Amino acid sequence: MNMATNTAETIGDNHQTVGTPFVDNAKLSMRNVNVFYGEKQAIFDVGMDIGTNEVMAMIGPSGCGKSTFLRCLNRMNDTIEGCRVEGDLNLEGEDIYGAKLDVVPLRARVGIVFQKPNPFPKSIYDNIAYGPRIHGLVSKRTELDEIVETSLQKAGLWNEVKDRLDAPGTGLSGGQQQRLCIARTIAVSPEVILMDEPCSALDPIATAKIEELIAELSENYTIAIVTHSMQQAARVSNRTAYFHLGKLIEVNETEKVFTNPDHQLTEAYITGRFG
Amino acid sequence: MNLTTLLLTLVALSAAIFYTSRRRSLSKAKALGGQHHLNSLPLYYGMMACLWCALPAISVLVIWSIFDGVIIERIIVQSLPNSSELTSSELGLLINSIQNYAANPGSLTEVSDPAIIQAAERLVDLNRVNAMARALLVLIFGVIFGAIAWTRVSPELRARQFVEKVFQSLLLLSSFVAVLVTVGIVFSVLFESLRFFSVIPVTDFVFGTHWSPQTAIHDGQVGGSGSFGAVPLFAGTLLISAIAMLVAVPTGLMSAIYLSEYADRRVRAIVKPMLEVLAGIPTVVYGFFAALTVAPTIRSFLEGVGFENVSSESALAAGGVMGIMIIPFVSSLSDDVINAVPNSLRDGSYGLGATKSETIKKVVIPAALPGIVGGILLAVSRAIGETMIVVMAAGLAANLTANPLESVTTVTVQIVTLLVGDQEFDSPKTLAAFALGLVLFLVTLTLNFIALHVVKKYREQYE
Ligand SMILES: Nc1ncnc2c1ncn2[C@@H]1O[C@H](COP(=O)(O)OP(=O)(O)OP(=O)(O)O)[C@@H](O)[C@H]1O
Ligand SMILES: [Mg+2]
Repeated sequence: MNMATNTAETIGDNHQTVGTPFVDNAKLSMRNVNVFYGEKQAIFDVGMDIGTNEVMAMIGPSGCGKSTFLRCLNRMNDTIEGCRVEGDLNLEGEDIYGAKLDVVPLRARVGIVFQKPNPFPKSIYDNIAYGPRIHGLVSKRTELDEIVETSLQKAGLWNEVKDRLDAPGTGLSGGQQQRLCIARTIAVSPEVILMDEPCSALDPIATAKIEELIAELSENYTIAIVTHSMQQAARVSNRTAYFHLGKLIEVNETEKVFTNPDHQLTEAYITGRFG
Repeated sequence: MNLTTLLLTLVALSAAIFYTSRRRSLSKAKALGGQHHLNSLPLYYGMMACLWCALPAISVLVIWSIFDGVIIERIIVQSLPNSSELTSSELGLLINSIQNYAANPGSLTEVSDPAIIQAAERLVDLNRVNAMARALLVLIFGVIFGAIAWTRVSPELRARQFVEKVFQSLLLLSSFVAVLVTVGIVFSVLFESLRFFSVIPVTDFVFGTHWSPQTAIHDGQVGGSGSFGAVPLFAGTLLISAIAMLVAVPTGLMSAIYLSEYADRRVRAIVKPMLEVLAGIPTVVYGFFAALTVAPTIRSFLEGVGFENVSSESALAAGGVMGIMIIPFVSSLSDDVINAVPNSLRDGSYGLGATKSETIKKVVIPAALPGIVGGILLAVSRAIGETMIVVMAAGLAANLTANPLESVTTVTVQIVTLLVGDQEFDSPKTLAAFALGLVLFLVTLTLNFIALHVVKKYREQYE
């Protein structure tokens, strides 16, 4: 609660998100979202939309709540003890936190890729096949083979691993592992892919590959990506959201955010005055 | 000077040398302009001198104590008038009475032989001289070596390296002791087994199906001819261990899954220690639980169902209770490895829309499997080596059977029965115990080896 008053002083009590947080063709729409870890509030009254087939970048200083907010979108926060989410979150008009909603299909529709690659200690093939198998998406081995191949192809990994699908996924390089995790997510044909700093453990070449991949994926998928690299946000995203101490300060076209932001806090952050 | 006083004096001496050497290093450093001129911290100079003082002195003491008793005894015996005519056992008795008389003269009024009294007085004298000489020598060693070390204290002296070397050697020595003991055990068992196998062919032992180790102790005695086919024992051991594992593995594994994945923190904090208490109960207590509670219950249940002639001792009772005993081995180790599975794997699985049970079954358990297998193997070797419960609940009859309701016996139980009571240690009957021990040792060694290897592999995967 203490934090709330402090924030109010620095940002202004009636903080309104500036820019264009809302769009017409919203895939995900969030209104008045508050998130608490026990007593401590981590997200304050955030409202925004993510459009269909849009790439939304989320930036902000460390600890400002980007991951927390991202994890709300497919209820990954459910696994954290003491975490409580308030507000309206909708996926194509369906209440994500509604009593009727089943998280299993939700997470199949809204996939997530984590900061650190976390392939299962199984073969490359089984890593990809895991999702389709548990959701019963396929009945025949040949269909499964096909899903594995197309997912790996979309993730740009097929050529590197096609001869060793039986090798353990944990034996790949960091960048390959991260692409494997993306392929694994794609394999259950989600509509939205959430990415939490997917490149922070990777070298520039692997990062470039992933960014290319994001650009390709954005034709068919809606993507929300948390990143600490402003160049990356500028390269891959359509719109950018700036978070500060749990509040959503500004959402705008990416180009505008990085050239002529509406809010002075955004400007301070992107020009490197803090964060 | 008696031993305690001597040791205390030695401690005081080394403490003094520690202190003065430390002071000396400090004052030498001061003369040069500060502590940083010293090669090592002053503490190490003190410790170095202290070790120089104590170690040679203690070595002298140890060597002295090994030989002084023997030498004094020699001197006494030689002074006896007719020692050369006595047999060794008579001599032993004589020395005993001399020692007794010397320890408390007057209490043994029957001693009238003046030679004994004289010898005893001599012994007392010798002992006094011996103690004094010992103290003198030990302290002289301590002082001389301590003093040498003290004079050698100088800023260039590499005291820390010396101290570290000494302690390193001490560590090495202690681990050596453990290894030596193990090797000693192996060889003693091995040699006795070889003696056994020189009487009974190995093949009879390993493949024979009849076990009745009673042999006639002397000619003409009515007794078994002795047959040493160990297969019934191996089978009994296997049967009981299998029953124990059937109880312990599912229960232990499932409780581990519950504790690590489902239980909230408070439940876990209470249940886990309680489960581990099971491992602390003495096996003899399990034994009478099995014999007095479980076995009769099984028996009366079976008789109620219509079986006849159910024996009151059964593999089922012993194995079942043994299974309960090793639940904590399985659950505790499995719980540890399940907890060691990184949360990022669980998140990855949930993120793909897997349910909790799918995540546990398809990601967590497979990832933890090598560790779990390692834990189970350790539990198996524990089950195979367990004796007390089986003695009390499964009986002694060496039946070759797969029926868990019959009474069976195990390798360990037979070792015990072969060796209890008055036995000659060179009859095949007692030697058989060593052969059984050897088999047991080899089996558990192999299991432990595999288990440790598997667990280590698993650790490497995540650390
Ligand atoms: N599991 C948790 N329990 C309690 N508090 C948490 C937990 N996770 C995050 N927080 C708190 O919530 C706030 C937001 O954290 P979050 O991880 O969302 O920040 P972030 O913007 O992703 O930071 P970073 O850029 O460093 O990843 C922080 O103050 C953090 O301390
Ligand atoms: Mg984060």
